[in-house]
Amino acid sequence: MKIKILKYIFLDLFRSKFILAYTFFLLLMTITVVYIGHDTSKAVISILNIILFIVPLVSIIFGTIHFYNSREFIEFLLTQPVARKSIFWSEYFGLSASLSLSFITGVGLPLIFIGINIQGVYLIISGVLLTLIFVSLAFLASSAVNDRVKGIGLSILIWLYLSVIFDGFVMMIFYLLRDYPLDKIIVGLTSLNPVDLTRILILLQIEISALMGFTGATFQNFFGSITGKIYSLIMLLIWIILPAMISLRVFKRKNF
Amino acid sequence: MIELKKLGKTFGRKTVLKEIDLTFNAGEVIAVMGPNGSGKTTLLKTILGLVIPDTGMVYVNGEDCRKNFEYRKLIGYMPQIANYPENLKVKELFKIVRDIREKNSINDEELIVSFKLQEIMEKNFGQLSGGYKQRVTGAIAFLFHPQILILDEPTASLDPLSNEIMRDKIHRERDKNKLIIMTSHIISEAEELADRIIYIIDGEIVINKLLSELKNGSIEFSLNQKISSVLESIQHTG
Repeated sequence: MKIKILKYIFLDLFRSKFILAYTFFLLLMTITVVYIGHDTSKAVISILNIILFIVPLVSIIFGTIHFYNSREFIEFLLTQPVARKSIFWSEYFGLSASLSLSFITGVGLPLIFIGINIQGVYLIISGVLLTLIFVSLAFLASSAVNDRVKGIGLSILIWLYLSVIFDGFVMMIFYLLRDYPLDKIIVGLTSLNPVDLTRILILLQIEISALMGFTGATFQNFFGSITGKIYSLIMLLIWIILPAMISLRVFKRKNF
Repeated sequence: MIELKKLGKTFGRKTVLKEIDLTFNAGEVIAVMGPNGSGKTTLLKTILGLVIPDTGMVYVNGEDCRKNFEYRKLIGYMPQIANYPENLKVKELFKIVRDIREKNSINDEELIVSFKLQEIMEKNFGQLSGGYKQRVTGAIAFLFHPQILILDEPTASLDPLSNEIMRDKIHRERDKNKLIIMTSHIISEAEELADRIIYIIDGEIVINKLLSELKNGSIEFSLNQKISSVLESIQHTG
């Protein structure tokens, strides 16, 4: 498979002002949080709360816009002797790599500077996983919908659903079914949301049950720390692979 | 060289191509004409594999194009609109195509020279004007001595001088026994360059004639009048 194109897609994004701004924002945010707080665990939690909000938003919106902006370039590449599949993966990994690099630079560098611990490593891994997941979802939305405005709208909706609305639904279910044992349902529901999975992955690492909330505590009881972490990692990987594979299928049959 | 058999395509409720049967041979310049939205670009895109036909087949040199991308080595394509990554330099764009295609082959850099692209190699693609963008895509299309050239309105945003360079290039490539398929709205251009005129309306071929046949006898009439008279006679019978 030809991944030579990947290099150029990465290069283009690497030079873009938006990626630069994103890196600086993350850098500034991390330095501020680290500077204010003294405890690394607390800093990690504060950073976690911000990245759970920002990383999905930036990845899905920027990913969608990038896909629509690249449409003519993709068309051009498709007229060259290359398989559709390799163009798709070049776009996917080119975009994921540049967003991930921004994240690693912005959040990772300051943490390494003050002396990174295992929680920090988990934080960085989770940020990269979240980036990949939301790039997958961005590609799913933009390859399925031809209209640019509708595609961006769909992406915003996906983000809103996973970041805000989903938690509301879970709370409602808790409230309505409060008289029943809910452990399995909660674990099942959480697996349906990559943002929650990431939160739990980090919190299991920090092991502050008080801060885990209802879902986190249930998760720990249900799985124990280690199994819980492995389970959420696997689920996160599925969240990357599944949307990406579906969008590849759509991309292969698409009319340009 | 290229054979289209019963090619059909619908987008939603709109039929863009209706059972198109066509054969294109080496050494021909074909002008595909027709009103806006008649299916010209879709026809070209089907040959390129950008649009996947609902029915029918496309053969390039006898090979079925559906599951195969190698045949695109034979084709140089110049799109109508080119908005490529704006932070890539022009020379990097050339590098991409060279990386994809065989590197050992000798490139045709005639257009790079005559379009004066050397001077803008270090510029970002996003900084180029529309005309320069078209010059770049034109030069890329001819770069690998392709046997087939598919040009979608190749002179639309070129200045008169570059326009002349492009026409001259098309003439010379035809003489090298290449197949050139182009779309155009400019009748004088089609008249000057093409050997065969294909006129499409609503996805149907209404004219498919050699230029000499079309002009037949009455040289004093312009091609424009010829086409309108053929179109009128179709309307009367239909």
